[in-house]
Amino acid sequence: MKILLDKINVPGINTFEVYRREGGYRAVEKALKTMTPDQVVEEVKTSGLRGRGGAGFPTGMKWSFIDKTSSNPHYLVCNADESEPGTFKDRYLMQNSPHSLIEGMIVSSFALEAKLSYIYVRGELKFIIKILEKAIAEAYANGFLGKNILGSGYDLDLYVQPGGGAYICGEETALLESLEGKRGNPRIKPPFPAVKGLWASPTVVNNVETIAATTWIVNNGGAEYAKIGIGRSTGTKLISACGHINNPGVYEIELGLPVKEFLYSNEYCGGIWKNHKLKAVVPGGSSVPILPEELFLKTAAGEDRLMSYESLSDGGFATGSMLGSGGFIVYDETACIVKNTWNFSRFYHHESCGQCSPCREGTGWMERVLHRIEFGKGRPEDIDLLVEVAKRIEGNTICPLGDAAAWPVAAAIRHFRHEFEYHIKHPEKVMDADHVYQPGMVMA
Amino acid sequence: MEVKFSQEQLDKVKEIISRYPEGKQKSALLPLLHLAQEDFGWCSVEVMDYIATLLHIKPVEVYEVATFYSMFHMKPVGKYVLEVCQTGPCMLRGSDQIVNYLKKKLGVEMGGTSADGMFTLKTVECLASCGSAPMMQVEDAYYEYLSEEKIDEILDMFRANAIHRKEHFPGRTV
Repeated sequence: MKILLDKINVPGINTFEVYRREGGYRAVEKALKTMTPDQVVEEVKTSGLRGRGGAGFPTGMKWSFIDKTSSNPHYLVCNADESEPGTFKDRYLMQNSPHSLIEGMIVSSFALEAKLSYIYVRGELKFIIKILEKAIAEAYANGFLGKNILGSGYDLDLYVQPGGGAYICGEETALLESLEGKRGNPRIKPPFPAVKGLWASPTVVNNVETIAATTWIVNNGGAEYAKIGIGRSTGTKLISACGHINNPGVYEIELGLPVKEFLYSNEYCGGIWKNHKLKAVVPGGSSVPILPEELFLKTAAGEDRLMSYESLSDGGFATGSMLGSGGFIVYDETACIVKNTWNFSRFYHHESCGQCSPCREGTGWMERVLHRIEFGKGRPEDIDLLVEVAKRIEGNTICPLGDAAAWPVAAAIRHFRHEFEYHIKHPEKVMDADHVYQPGMVMA
Repeated sequence: MEVKFSQEQLDKVKEIISRYPEGKQKSALLPLLHLAQEDFGWCSVEVMDYIATLLHIKPVEVYEVATFYSMFHMKPVGKYVLEVCQTGPCMLRGSDQIVNYLKKKLGVEMGGTSADGMFTLKTVECLASCGSAPMMQVEDAYYEYLSEEKIDEILDMFRANAIHRKEHFPGRTV
């Protein structure tokens, strides 16, 4: 079942003409001519669609929080600041089918009664910004943006805003700060953006994939969407698969697909590269817990693990992980978990905005301790020290970056403590005579 | 040398400011920093002060933002900046080897500029290209599935084009 990528291979689908010929912008016609904004919100609520950026919060509910008593205008801001390591699905969709996002922006803005909306794209994706600006110009030229769209009396202006290179701006309040021309420091919540968002006005921030999915929901109804998927994981999800697999790429799956099928089927990842064995998987972007092969394929209760919000988090953090953003990173038997954990810690240290001490200082400590373990200078007490530092960061920061930095470290030690111990006990075996780290070590 | 946009770019500045409601022109700061960096090569104090006057904000409001975001060069760089992704998924596919090869080939350490002033080598964090790793960004483009041979080709291509590029502006650093 494909909803977002069903037309992705149609030649010219990136142009207005072909997108329209293939049935594009029908949702705009339907919503603006035959529905009220509240009816669109209701359909999205019925659909069970959940935020596809990582948190998985129900989209319709988020929309219904918008403060209608405010005299300020409403804004919709699309979060296209895709920066979570392992995640490249939004980029793929925007690059190949930009009108899927533009159409979703129009129906979603209509539902929220926003007359001015922005797509905040990470600044590095300059070529994507050009693609989106061209698609927006086409939508204006064909009367789907601007004043009195399709004679409905609804006006909407849509612009692309570039970021400047900061992972933290994927956090919605940091994104809004950035859009206001400031440093990307997350805000203390409440007030939530639905009450005080962009320029202190009611604002909804949604991920690219979430917004693109609203088009299908308007066309086919929320109830139809809710039939796709499994349980509370309705619909489809874009998964960006990378690491040690045969077929890296972006795949649209129906939620509920067994992870084993996703990993080994030639339709998707195509199995582990070089006929190696699987060691571990990070299923939802770098911040979610890493799972060793046995806990990835089956839950602790022995059930087959599925690609869904509930199944991937089954067992909590003790034995589970999260669907997250859909950034699916695969590690074969030669991967060094210590090196990978150090790499992720360096990332979070680099990306911490510096506002909260536990994150600003703690991410640096974790990076330095992991660095010394990785490069043969580890001390026996370092492992417990890392666990302790991770604990002190988690839950003690304004935004979830602290958690995102703490979880991968805690999970790597939880499941691969022996690799950390091995590095500390046998520095000579992970370092050569020149004290250069030996990659690809298979830990005993 | 005076830091000033051409008339064409000043028109672009006006268009960018018009994307936001009246009085919210500070939102144009990141787009303008990008525009300026493309034109002047890097964000010197003079460039940032110029942007402050265009947006009617204090210079410090530009400095604090420019230094926060990793894309803005706070010191002079080579004609081309090679930004190699070093985050987990790229590392799994060999970004360490790519970085080492570039260091050797250009004769620079990380952050350094080659003796001919042509290339500055930087590592960056995840650029949402994990499925086509290892990769690097140079200006607007992504170069993916990198190998040593591919790097040779890319560097040759830039060397051939470089003759048409103007020199970066001189200026002070913060």
